[in-house]
Amino acid sequence: MNNKKFKDTIIQLSHGDGGIKTGELINNLLLKYFGNEILNRLEDSAVLNCSGKRIAYTTDSFVVNPIFFPGGDIGKLSVCGTINDLVTTGCSPLAISLSFILEEGFLISDFKKILSSIKEILYDTNLRIVTGDTKVVEKGSADKIFINTSGIGFIDNDIIISPRKIKAGDKILLNGSIADHGTAILSCRKEFNFKTSIVSDCAPLSSLVNDMLSVSKKIHALRDATRGGLASILFELARASETNINIHEDKIPVKKEVHGICEFLGLDPLYIANEGKMVVFVDRNDADKVLQSMKKNKYGKDSQIIGEVTEKGEGLVILNTELGTRRVLDLHYSEQLPRIC
Amino acid sequence: MKKKIKELVEFLNKNKTDHKINIMEVCGTHTMAISRYGLRQLIPENINLISGPGCPVCVTSASDIDLIIEISRQYDVSVFTFGDMFRVPGTESSLYNERSRGRDIKICYSPADVLNFAKNNPDKKVIFIAIGFETTIPLTSVIVKRAYKENIDNFFIYNIHKLVPEALELLLVDKEVKIDAFLCPGHVSAIIGSKPYLFIARDYHIPCVISGFEPLDILESIGMIAKQVKEGRSKVEIQYKRVVREEGNPTAVKSIYEVFEKSDSTWRGLGNIPESGLKLKEKFLKFDAKSNFPVKEINSSEPPGCECGNVLKGIKKPTECRLFSKICKPENPIGPCMISSEGSCAAYYKYEKFKI
Repeated sequence: MNNKKFKDTIIQLSHGDGGIKTGELINNLLLKYFGNEILNRLEDSAVLNCSGKRIAYTTDSFVVNPIFFPGGDIGKLSVCGTINDLVTTGCSPLAISLSFILEEGFLISDFKKILSSIKEILYDTNLRIVTGDTKVVEKGSADKIFINTSGIGFIDNDIIISPRKIKAGDKILLNGSIADHGTAILSCRKEFNFKTSIVSDCAPLSSLVNDMLSVSKKIHALRDATRGGLASILFELARASETNINIHEDKIPVKKEVHGICEFLGLDPLYIANEGKMVVFVDRNDADKVLQSMKKNKYGKDSQIIGEVTEKGEGLVILNTELGTRRVLDLHYSEQLPRIC
Repeated sequence: MKKKIKELVEFLNKNKTDHKINIMEVCGTHTMAISRYGLRQLIPENINLISGPGCPVCVTSASDIDLIIEISRQYDVSVFTFGDMFRVPGTESSLYNERSRGRDIKICYSPADVLNFAKNNPDKKVIFIAIGFETTIPLTSVIVKRAYKENIDNFFIYNIHKLVPEALELLLVDKEVKIDAFLCPGHVSAIIGSKPYLFIARDYHIPCVISGFEPLDILESIGMIAKQVKEGRSKVEIQYKRVVREEGNPTAVKSIYEVFEKSDSTWRGLGNIPESGLKLKEKFLKFDAKSNFPVKEINSSEPPGCECGNVLKGIKKPTECRLFSKICKPENPIGPCMISSEGSCAAYYKYEKFKI
């Protein structure tokens, strides 16, 4: 725990965007109240020891705007988000909780669409909602619907996945194109209003991770690259593992249309949210077979090896650009967009 | 792409001179692209790229930010701004902080949207912060003409538009600034054409190349400059031929001067530059926010230690500012150059803070 004081006096949108200000809120305020050896790791899921078994436990809240977007809705987002956070530990998800905060006047027809989306994902992943809650607030006190989910799962004894296992020589894999989710959300925000064929990549990645684990026991770290984008995850993992990593820009899949939209809006795809992308650190000797297993999965057809861990270090992420130049990827202050997930 | 890059780098090395050449890239978007793509790693060592004042947010004075904030505090108005202005610090606050405190300040992406908002909300007084160089001024002029035609009386502009060529002339006479060539802004030039830069080549013997924004565009433009310098020429050339014509866009220019006329303007870091700004013509003065929402004079000041002025003139690189990265960071910007999406300090902080 650090000794830095939290100096802000009001909550600003940047406290919720997954960038530097979010980090300050967590590290300099929340951990001061609640820090412990498990929470302090700030991993997507906590790993608890319970009578000799390890349980993964995670929670998340969803406030995405708009609630319906190309490729999904807030319901699909919430269960996929929690499933993906769980599987970064290598666990088999067991059950999900589901809580709603509903605004008075929210249409039941819209609510039913969201419930159907959730049900579809549960069916796809063979999971159940086992507990939940519903609250209704007066009109204007919430924006249509907010969702909170939590999830648990058991981790097999022979699976140990943690940033601390990352070592020099590891290869870094990614299961497909970046920035699709953020771009899809932007396209239907009133202030942008542009037409695009891009849809959110929102997807449950439990089967993808399962396929990877069935071919290799040398997967060292997994992280889903949500808000803050791919760059933020690479930065966090490099820092957490105290290694330096090399990333090859020409290997990172970016759809042409996404690239064009980002250029036009002055945004960097590396920092834009995803909701169906898993970053994988794996021993170099297993990289090819893990890659092949990913490509066979419906959520990994465009998988690539995007980089490697070079050495123990201070956590530098070096981007080798398409031009053959190099620069350091850093956490950005506040990239971009509120209520992206 | 790698093959083309190789060719351009070879061309640059073929036209290398022995002495140092300072090329000022005027436009903030060029500054960002140069840093983002690491172009400094590809050009010969004798070429020094220095960033200029072509970032409209960066050259907005603290007093303008303070005035806008004061208007939002004193009057019941809805203020619309481009996202970039949002976090720029004034003397003691920013639009972002004011929004967090409950003022009605929103981000917009197009002035047309702001006018539509005004139309659809006739009970609100709506102010659009009209900022930008010649690229965006035509759009403001079209919107003002539309507001006039449709008699929309609850729409106003806080006008801080500025003109680029006049600022370049100031830099040329400044003894502190040593510029050997200009990389001229692509989209401003799409509006004004290449003729407004002729005086630079003719009277000051300084080459100018109007460049596009892709890394290949920028490398090719630097190569064209290097060739001119080696051959002892000083001309205005257009590299960005797919967008820029010599005569520019006369229709857009005509629209600008239907609505505006030139006036003096204060540029942060450069001071007052005669005829470098615009004011609304009398016919359209009813849309002027400053006169419709008068506020008492504010004691504005630049933050102590801030070197944005020297960075904007190309006298210092961002890394040479004592505050850079130590106190002045995007999460705590002391000056606008650190927080603008086209700011030199923002570019260096994002992409060149660490030397590999």
